[in-house]
Amino acid sequence: MTHIKTIKTRNLCSSVKKGGCGECQTSCQSACKTSCGIANQKCENKAQSK
Amino acid sequence: MIHQYKLGGFNIVLDVCSGAVHLVDDIAYDIIELFEKETKESIINKICAKYFKTSQDEIIECYDQINELKNGGNLFAPDTFEPMAGVLKEKTAGVVKALCLHVAHTCNLNCEYCFASQGKYNGERAVMSFETGKRALDFLIENSGTRKNLEVDFFGGEPLMNWDVVKKLVEYARSIEKKHNKNFRFTLTTNGMLIDDEVIEFSNKEMSNVVLSLDGRKEIHDAYRVDYNGKGSWDKIVPKFKEFVKKRGNKDYYIRGTFTHANPDFLEDIKVMLDLGFTELSMEPVVCAPGEKQELTKDDMPIVFEQYEKLASLMLERKKEGRPFTFYHYMIDLKGGPCIYKRISGCGSGTEYMAVTPWGDLYPCHQFVGDEKYKLGDIFSGVTNKDVQNEFLSCNVYERQECKDCWARLYCSGGCAANAYHSTGNIKGVYKYGCELFKKRMECAIMLAAANELDEEE
Repeated sequence: MTHIKTIKTRNLCSSVKKGGCGECQTSCQSACKTSCGIANQKCENKAQSK
Repeated sequence: MIHQYKLGGFNIVLDVCSGAVHLVDDIAYDIIELFEKETKESIINKICAKYFKTSQDEIIECYDQINELKNGGNLFAPDTFEPMAGVLKEKTAGVVKALCLHVAHTCNLNCEYCFASQGKYNGERAVMSFETGKRALDFLIENSGTRKNLEVDFFGGEPLMNWDVVKKLVEYARSIEKKHNKNFRFTLTTNGMLIDDEVIEFSNKEMSNVVLSLDGRKEIHDAYRVDYNGKGSWDKIVPKFKEFVKKRGNKDYYIRGTFTHANPDFLEDIKVMLDLGFTELSMEPVVCAPGEKQELTKDDMPIVFEQYEKLASLMLERKKEGRPFTFYHYMIDLKGGPCIYKRISGCGSGTEYMAVTPWGDLYPCHQFVGDEKYKLGDIFSGVTNKDVQNEFLSCNVYERQECKDCWARLYCSGGCAANAYHSTGNIKGVYKYGCELFKKRMECAIMLAAANELDEEE
């Protein structure tokens, strides 16, 4: 019996390899302006491996 | 590190460092809770006693599944990211990719809760000239290195009070972006008072995003968002916002509200926004000095937490009914969100993002404008106050002791430097109320993302 359902997510440890291009949106820019959250940002790195 | 919680009928286990999200049954949930604290034998004995109707073999099987996840790096993954904390900012040091242009330090509303002190930022009223704005755009291009996407916010005060300059700046940016291999993304943040057909047409062509300030219920909105005669602005702006959004097509917008001590039950305001036909929503806790009447109190917190949970339920319900809506702080892309460098680097204020005053001074972000000791320099001579910039450069999630044990650290990136400064006097401090609200929002966001993923699979 399966007790665990794992949701598909980007592996953060793997993102070490091709991450860090800096193209993604600056945090809080364009919407909230009063708090910092980076979770809602899109990755804009065309070369990244998900 | 893991974070486990129950919400929306799900048992959720977040593996903080791998980013993995697991939905588990009660047996797995309890085993995971004990997994790193006790021996296998002790855990199996305890779980067998609690779930006596389940066979021991099945419980052992569940234990082994958890162990497999751990061995596969999807549970209890260690934090190996600290050495990379300064890497992204060092790599991109000197690169600026986003500016908040304060085109008008003046406003046609007189909102008591305004962090910008009615648009003046504790200074004189002023508007940005075209020449200053043009120089700011040139400064951005000159300092953007290889970054292609450049973000520019037209902010204030009320930017529509300097609309001709906004339009000219957009035209200027469009005329030079191809030559420099750049792509400008503009945002307009407005209170709506001066919106007309021409503003709508231009913005819907040129602005990647528009942020429209509306607090929700008329009586709530009109309590703070008043003109200089004390008259509420709701009746005037709502029809304009409706028209703006109707004509916007698929382009981004946010109806952005602020909630205060007057409306910790802000879900009622969100419902009003929905009833008006808006579907892209953002509702923010007020930012104010400690002790001000609009400040959210300790007693407000349980109400706010409940609102966040009810909001998540409402989103699930409406999605099932085919009437989905977006809440800015619940947007989370589990499959393609930011990489680890971004997650540990902090927000970018003072380094890749700066605010520009009407006369061309640079500040780390819009929330520092007017605080002279945080002036970084100006668009003519560049950043001259290296001490302040270095403070922001070294600001990352591992700089804050309190963040080291926090499960949400890779979602907030250490939080807002301005909120930290205003609540603790230090940009590397921690704004505790803000953290509590953020964590609740992330719990809801992850639950919604998981629920949606399950829906899609089915």
